[in-house]
Amino acid sequence: MPEIRVTPLGAGQDVGRSCILVSIAGKNVMLDCGMHMGFNDDRRFPDFSYITQNGRLTDFLDCVIISHFHLDHCGALPYFSEMVGYDGPIYMTPPTQAICPILLEDYRKIAVDKKGEANFFTSQMIKDCMKKVVAVHLHQTVQVDDELEIKAYYAGHVLGAAMFQIKVGSESVVYTGDYNMTPDRHLGAAWIDRCRPNLLITESTYATTIRDSKRCRERDFLKKVHETVERGGKVLIPVFALGRAQELCILLETFWERMNLKAPIYFSTGLTEKANHYYKLFITWTNQKIRKTFVQRNMFEFKHIKAFDRAFADNPGPMVVFATPGMLHAGQSLQIFRKWAGYEKNMVIMPGYCVQGTVGHKILSGQRKLEMEGRQLEVKMQVEYMSFSAHADAKGIMQLIGQAEPEHVLLVHGEAKKMEFLKQKIEQEFRVSCYMPANGETVTLPTSPSIPVGISLGLLKRETAQGLLPDAKKPRLLQGTLIMKDSNFRLVSSEQALKELGLAEHQLRFTCRVHLHDARKEQETVMRVYNHLKSILKDRCVQHLPDGSVTVESILIQAAAHSEDPGTKVLLVSWTYQDEELGSYLTSLLKKGLPQAPS
Amino acid sequence: MAAHLKKRVYEEFSKVVQQQEELTTKKLRLTKPSKSAALHIDLCKATSPADALQYLLQFARKPVEAESVEGVARILLEHYYKENDASVRLKIASLLGLLSKTSGFSPDCIMDDAINILQNENDREHLTDTSHGVRNKCLQLLGNLGSLEKSVTKDAEGLAVRDVQKIIGDYFSDQDPRVRTAAIKAMLQLHERGLKLHQTIYNQACKLLSDDYEQVRSAAVQLIWVVSQLYPESIVPIPSSNEEIRLVDDAFGKICHMVSDGSWMVRVQAAKLLGSMEQVSSHFLEQTLDKKLMSDLRRKRTAHERAKELYSSGEFSSGRKWGDDAPKEEVDTGAVNLIESGACGAFVHGLEDEMYEVRIAAVEALCMLARSSPAFAEKCLDFLVDMFNDEIEEVRLQSIHTMRKISNNITLREDQLDTVLGVLEDSSRDIREALHELLCCTNVSTKEGIHLALVELLKNLAKYPTDRDSIWKCLKFLGSRHPTLVLPLVPELLSTHPFFDTAEPDMDDPAYIAVLVLIFNAAKTCPTMPALFSDHTFRHYAYLRDSLSHLVPALRLPGRKLVSSVPSIMLHEDPSQQFLQQSLERVCGLQHLDPQGTQELLELTIRDLQRLGELQSELAGVADFSATYLQCQLLLIKALQEKLWNVAAPLYLKQSDLASAAAKQIMEETYKMEFMYSGVEHKQVVIVHHMRLQAKALHLIVTARTTRGVDSLFGMCEKFLQEVDFFQRCFIADLPHLQDSFVDKLLDLMPRLMTSKPSEVVKILQTMLRQSTFLHLPLPEQIHKASATIIEPAGESDNPLRFTSGLVVALDVDATLEHVQDPQSTVKVQVLYPDGQAQIIHPKPADFRNPGPGRHRLITQVYLSHTAWTEPCQVEVRLLLAYNTTARIPKSPWVEGGELSSQVETSIEGTIPFSKPVKVYILPKPARR
Repeated sequence: MPEIRVTPLGAGQDVGRSCILVSIAGKNVMLDCGMHMGFNDDRRFPDFSYITQNGRLTDFLDCVIISHFHLDHCGALPYFSEMVGYDGPIYMTPPTQAICPILLEDYRKIAVDKKGEANFFTSQMIKDCMKKVVAVHLHQTVQVDDELEIKAYYAGHVLGAAMFQIKVGSESVVYTGDYNMTPDRHLGAAWIDRCRPNLLITESTYATTIRDSKRCRERDFLKKVHETVERGGKVLIPVFALGRAQELCILLETFWERMNLKAPIYFSTGLTEKANHYYKLFITWTNQKIRKTFVQRNMFEFKHIKAFDRAFADNPGPMVVFATPGMLHAGQSLQIFRKWAGYEKNMVIMPGYCVQGTVGHKILSGQRKLEMEGRQLEVKMQVEYMSFSAHADAKGIMQLIGQAEPEHVLLVHGEAKKMEFLKQKIEQEFRVSCYMPANGETVTLPTSPSIPVGISLGLLKRETAQGLLPDAKKPRLLQGTLIMKDSNFRLVSSEQALKELGLAEHQLRFTCRVHLHDARKEQETVMRVYNHLKSILKDRCVQHLPDGSVTVESILIQAAAHSEDPGTKVLLVSWTYQDEELGSYLTSLLKKGLPQAPS
Repeated sequence: MAAHLKKRVYEEFSKVVQQQEELTTKKLRLTKPSKSAALHIDLCKATSPADALQYLLQFARKPVEAESVEGVARILLEHYYKENDASVRLKIASLLGLLSKTSGFSPDCIMDDAINILQNENDREHLTDTSHGVRNKCLQLLGNLGSLEKSVTKDAEGLAVRDVQKIIGDYFSDQDPRVRTAAIKAMLQLHERGLKLHQTIYNQACKLLSDDYEQVRSAAVQLIWVVSQLYPESIVPIPSSNEEIRLVDDAFGKICHMVSDGSWMVRVQAAKLLGSMEQVSSHFLEQTLDKKLMSDLRRKRTAHERAKELYSSGEFSSGRKWGDDAPKEEVDTGAVNLIESGACGAFVHGLEDEMYEVRIAAVEALCMLARSSPAFAEKCLDFLVDMFNDEIEEVRLQSIHTMRKISNNITLREDQLDTVLGVLEDSSRDIREALHELLCCTNVSTKEGIHLALVELLKNLAKYPTDRDSIWKCLKFLGSRHPTLVLPLVPELLSTHPFFDTAEPDMDDPAYIAVLVLIFNAAKTCPTMPALFSDHTFRHYAYLRDSLSHLVPALRLPGRKLVSSVPSIMLHEDPSQQFLQQSLERVCGLQHLDPQGTQELLELTIRDLQRLGELQSELAGVADFSATYLQCQLLLIKALQEKLWNVAAPLYLKQSDLASAAAKQIMEETYKMEFMYSGVEHKQVVIVHHMRLQAKALHLIVTARTTRGVDSLFGMCEKFLQEVDFFQRCFIADLPHLQDSFVDKLLDLMPRLMTSKPSEVVKILQTMLRQSTFLHLPLPEQIHKASATIIEPAGESDNPLRFTSGLVVALDVDATLEHVQDPQSTVKVQVLYPDGQAQIIHPKPADFRNPGPGRHRLITQVYLSHTAWTEPCQVEVRLLLAYNTTARIPKSPWVEGGELSSQVETSIEGTIPFSKPVKVYILPKPARR
């Protein structure tokens, strides 16, 4: 029995460390290879020993697919390919391929240089790993080998995020990675055609949330910033370097443009500059507005946003500053925060979630006095929270399922409790089975792959010439010969099959005797049979031949007197194998006897 | 052999026709049979299907007159019957479909044949043709012919009625998506032709909504919409439950669902159609804006709800805290429906869509629905306000316009007003002006709201001083709509103090004027307000009432003499109207006066009318129009009254110059009268043409007197007589109204003129011109003069625009056009260089916007280029109105986007400048090597 097996090594009923193994028609594919933010020990990477204890992974995996550049989707890649050992192809989209190494390098630096970890992958390993990457463009079908093919769809979420269809023969699996069904200021919405995969593996971060319109949030955000700037205050927006930062930049940039504002906007340098560079390059991956504006100018060539210098923080007058990191736990954003916190006019806007223990979390929960480097810091500036998240909400997930029409759904990348709800909903609304395996748990789905059979043109034409077009509602009988040769199926007409196989045709004839009680002469009996058949089979060609026999198309009927009983006539009905249907119908008809002659 | 004979016959026939053509060029009708005959010959000649196809294609390129359609159709049918090749049959079928659409042709006559041949036997067969193309065209044909077929089969054959709808319906499940689409389209075609579709189609169409192909889904959405409009009240069951709902509600739900379709074309289609489903119940309508929010399975309030609550609790504009939007009560997991049961949140999705086309469609739909349902208007306000922040300007503009359209139904809350006013700082002029218009007709609920609006408008004024007029106008309406809300604000706005006299503000400050406009307009209906004014306010009032009379109404001020009494205010419009009438009546009986008196009277009246036009903007069109006409008349009289006509020409060279100049000017003025005014009716056009004819006659006389030689004169006379003939043909119905006029007399003498020598003709004309009476110009109901103002370039800059010679420089041109009909094809930009070189630029159709009825805005770029100059110099930029006197040839549907139309478009006979020229300082520099 053919089947699809799915085993999450990470992201099974969990967020982080996405890594899912899929076996489909004998091919093994690994989807994503992420790290877990919450752990610092071995648990931060997926357990690759599950795949094989010894020996190289290359022998067991046909390919690896990375959906987007977030570290929880690609963070373990150098470890996996260089330290564990994998030499096969790694597929990702061009933006992911460009941005991924920057993030990996950054991640490595923090882990090794700051935390002093040993036995971590090196810069060289990142480079070597990236050499194994093959770029996949949107809607491009890549033939991994003779049977396995993959195709990328747009997923929104971050620049270059993609959903992947993995297809072997007629069996297919779609993996969504992270996606967003509502467009934002710089990216479009995820889209997939009605590909009807056997299995859809979808993220479910917001399985139990239905979100409000994005416009309100944007409007609030802009209004807050505008008001502060107008009254001469400074706005600090702590961000992570990639993703949301660009969205907010575009948002502010266009707003500044529209409203003709003059206050400077700064973006803290470093990582982000490189990242912005890639955003400029990959315009085709952004939304309609940016793509259309590109004819005039690249919207990522910011007019109002300039690079930040440490000295600018002390400049008088209003300004807006984007600074990393996003949770105010260290670095530049914290420095600026310390400088500005004491003035009521200023404002800090936290655009994302903050982990407990960080300064960000403290001020968001309303703490106004902070202890910092042994000194008291009173926070007088305004503190605002705005959530700009780029995952599909429950409705979005349902919408995607509706678009793709899969046979089964499998949930990953979410919390178990929330998945439970969504699972129930999916089963209820779409009537498809839904799974939510935990890490290490395997789901097996039986499939019934269809087997394509090639039909010869001659046969097909002959069939269509005979009758109407194929109709979905009525099955039709078609006669031919199935030739199976080297896992290749062909349906040809029997003549052609005979010719190809070099066989002589055997005539197969059925002959049947039907006894009729009829005292009259043979000729009269034949006449009666002829009239009877003629009256019943109106649309067939019934003929009375001069030699005393009756033909119904190619079926021959002859009458003879019974050798013993002259009152009984024997009708000899003879037909070839091809006319079996009509022949058997005729005999049954004749067996019922002839109608009483009007005497 | 028979075919050959036939061919001969036709050949001879067509020869005869040609001869006839040469003889009588005017009587075109005789040539018509040649069309079908030629086709028949071609088709008979055709030996192979490819040839036949070629002939058919050629045939299709030429237009067919209505009279010959029948013959053509018969021939086509005959060939269709004989033809074996699918492609030829396909072409014939499509031709027949086109033919049946030809205007003026009633398909009844060929219907019997068509039905016998197509419907009953062949079409059945061809509908099952293997080629999707043939099936496609046959379905189209069915769509075009369907309804008649039904009745005829009943009569003619007595068979069970084979319903054309059923036949088409069967193809809804065809294997080819193109055929499915064609089937739905044929069904829609049937509907358009007035056939009532069966309700059973609804269910079939609903199934097609989940088709794999977007064209099918898109067409199916339309079909569902059509059915829902036909049977809004019938009841349909909800599957998987026992409930039943109205069909229109069910359809509404289904179309709403399509707003989140995978293909944006379908989404646009669905969003558009939603707007016209006004019969839907309010319950479903309100669902479209509702998206039950939740977070972790707990019910959450939307930002809109929160804003409303904050506002009602008086806590407006409080800072936002983390967790402000914390979810409240738990949601029953079983009750949550993630797939919209129909309408839920359709507009929320539509307005958030990725493609701006969908968003615009959704905004339009919102607008239409809100206009029919005040309750819905109130609800959708929040969403519209949100759209003011869209990233695409078009969407923002559209939503502002939408809001304006529904503003009668709504009152803005203060927080909403705040957001709306925020947009005033937009750098796009279009947006700001649209917003001013919106504010003109907005209802504000509180005095704080008014104050906020005023403050924001003043801020806007400070930032963009060019918006002055628009802002003043906006404040005028704001004031007159909310007198009671303005009243408590007056002391603050005028900064008066109960005890101290405050400094008198600067009268020329636009911001101060803005405040005064608001207050004076509010004071109009609020008699207690003037008591709060200080002395200088009254003085300023008097000044503004004079200088900005369109913005400042007449007030009833206590103890002021200069203010007219109430009745006179009420009747204010009438005297000028009366005056106009009187002035025109004065000139009515003109012919009885002596020439001297006539001239004086005309001059006087023209002056009066011109002044009236300046003073009363509403009457400007009529006054100018009449004045122009009288001016023409005056010129004509002046040119004719001189005694010079009795003396030999060479002695009066100067006089003839004058006369010919007059003739030219009259021509120009008549073109202006014909093309520069909107609302000119046929009877005025006749008079204008008549005047032009007189001018031409004058011109002829003058030339005849000054030129020697008969040859050139002969040609001119010929031309003039042709003009007269043309006039007669065009206005034959109006001739009775032109009793005793120039043309009336002229036509009486026409036979004589035709045969006379040029010199005699001139003489006759001369006497007739002098004898002809003055034609009274009937005034049209509504008439407006087209005008244009160039806003940009302002022509004030002293810095020349420098560019390298040989290259181009783009000059931004921004102009407002008033009362211009079809500006896309008539308005041109002219650039005059100092060397006399003139350049006419045709702006793109997309450069014109239509901000309001009768108003257009042209925003375009003009490319300038020239050889190098040594000094900067000024070029003139002005707008021209192009006209074309020959009436447009009506297009026949037969010629699909043929070559004919393009010729008509491009022909321009002349242009009228209708804006003040603006000077632009430029300097083309020599190129550096």
